[in-house]
Amino acid sequence: MRHDLFISGFGGQGVLLAGNLLSYAAIREGKNVSFFPAYGVEKRGGAAMCTVIIADGEVGSPVVGNPSVSVLLNQLSFDKYYPKVASGGICIVNTSLVDTAGHVRSDVELIAIPMNEIANSLGDPRMVNMVAVGAYAAKSGAVSIKAVEDALSDALPERNHRFIPANVKAIAAGADRTV
Amino acid sequence: MQARKFVKGNEAVAMAAIEAGCRHYFGYPITPQSDIPEYLAREFPALGGEFIQAESEIASINMLLGASACGVRAMTSSSGPGISLKQEGISYMAGSELPGVIVDICRQGPGLGGIDASQADYFQATRGGGHGGYRIIVLAPASVQEMYDLTMLAFDLSDIYRMPAMVFADAVIGQMKEAIIPNPRPAATLPAKDWVVRGRKEGTEQRVVKSLKLGDGEMEAFHWQMHERYHELQEKESRWEEFETADATLVVTAFGSAARIAKSAVMAAREAGMKVGLLRPITLFPFPAKAYHDLTGRCRKILDIELSTGQMIDDVRLSVQPGTEIDFYGRPPGAGSLPTPEEIFEQIKNALLIFTNLSPFTRF
Repeated sequence: MRHDLFISGFGGQGVLLAGNLLSYAAIREGKNVSFFPAYGVEKRGGAAMCTVIIADGEVGSPVVGNPSVSVLLNQLSFDKYYPKVASGGICIVNTSLVDTAGHVRSDVELIAIPMNEIANSLGDPRMVNMVAVGAYAAKSGAVSIKAVEDALSDALPERNHRFIPANVKAIAAGADRTV
Repeated sequence: MQARKFVKGNEAVAMAAIEAGCRHYFGYPITPQSDIPEYLAREFPALGGEFIQAESEIASINMLLGASACGVRAMTSSSGPGISLKQEGISYMAGSELPGVIVDICRQGPGLGGIDASQADYFQATRGGGHGGYRIIVLAPASVQEMYDLTMLAFDLSDIYRMPAMVFADAVIGQMKEAIIPNPRPAATLPAKDWVVRGRKEGTEQRVVKSLKLGDGEMEAFHWQMHERYHELQEKESRWEEFETADATLVVTAFGSAARIAKSAVMAAREAGMKVGLLRPITLFPFPAKAYHDLTGRCRKILDIELSTGQMIDDVRLSVQPGTEIDFYGRPPGAGSLPTPEEIFEQIKNALLIFTNLSPFTRF
């Protein structure tokens, strides 16, 4: 199997951490992974994107033109990258910040999740990315939720390991929204 | 089996340098390669290494020259404008027959350009870059594992041939993360460094490391000697990867990140029943000319793909057999200009459709 995922948002939303976490989870499951980040020169507020490829065999190109799954966290990303999702693919959208009206594609499954609201209800708006990761893992089956939870200790620096339980909740909340 | 480590290409370079015995690094930060100095600044103190963030790129390349003259394994790294600044020092190192590893994680140019991946510094890297008609060894990794393996190789080749070696990648390969196996340093037979200048013992001959050669015929002899060495490199050290080329009617050629993207397109074309292969140079200097020559005895068309308007294509043209048709597809560097496998797949289809035998220049 080969899963390709494109995540896009603005700097500060945790796009790169989300991609990293999924990569570590896939490595824990013995798979091959490439994680390719791209971001603006700004530290915050600029565009942040990453492409994650998870494969049993050779990863191949770390770049994908038409991803089979896209996770889009803000309006700018949605406007730019929704049209690029592969036909028959899936688009997971943060509807807290994205208005999808007037952009419906019949050949792409759109999963609308108000990620900011969910993150806020869990007590921290910074967990938008974890909600997104949970939704992706549950929907695609590219990695198990268990592997993602375990991989938190790989992806987060030691000083932030105290936040792991909160992140686990956010991942579960995201996963719940896809069933 | 050794545990896999999930690291950035840049981090793999730094890990390999440590494994290769490098304990001297001099650099100045610039995106997209700053993970290299960051890693070494963190790891060197515990290893007894010497990490210096120099006041400029010019200072750091000259520190590399000095360290190499003392016989230690040393490295610097930079990108775009920083590599331009280092050219004078690289020329002095070449003139002084000094080893040393320079890592170039290319970004857009000219000028300040931007931080996205580029292959438009191919000429700068493979033609020497500075003054005086020298060449340096140039290795082009296409994966994070190769960033690790080829950095170690760069140290060995640099010591064996007594010339600077460059690890030549870009923002894609430098910043992407993959799981690698950090293999131990391979065994290599290295020549004794009987030329190093570390202070003269009484009764021993004086050693001098310099690039100034004023004697009658001295510089000419040096040039011919280096010329011979470049030939030897070509014979012994040319490296490349061939994928599905045996029965191919079209061979795609690309290096580094472009090759990585192209390989997926070639695999898709094979799945669709097209007879397509890939030839990926791993050494850019020495250029694996023999691979192209042999290949074009059986395959008459090449599709060259670069993240530039075409530079390696000159070396491809010089290497193929007469009458070979060469198509070119380039995406000059910049935000949003990275080609996709889907895009290259279309180029492969077009190239297979039309065998024009026109001069490749008509494609520009």
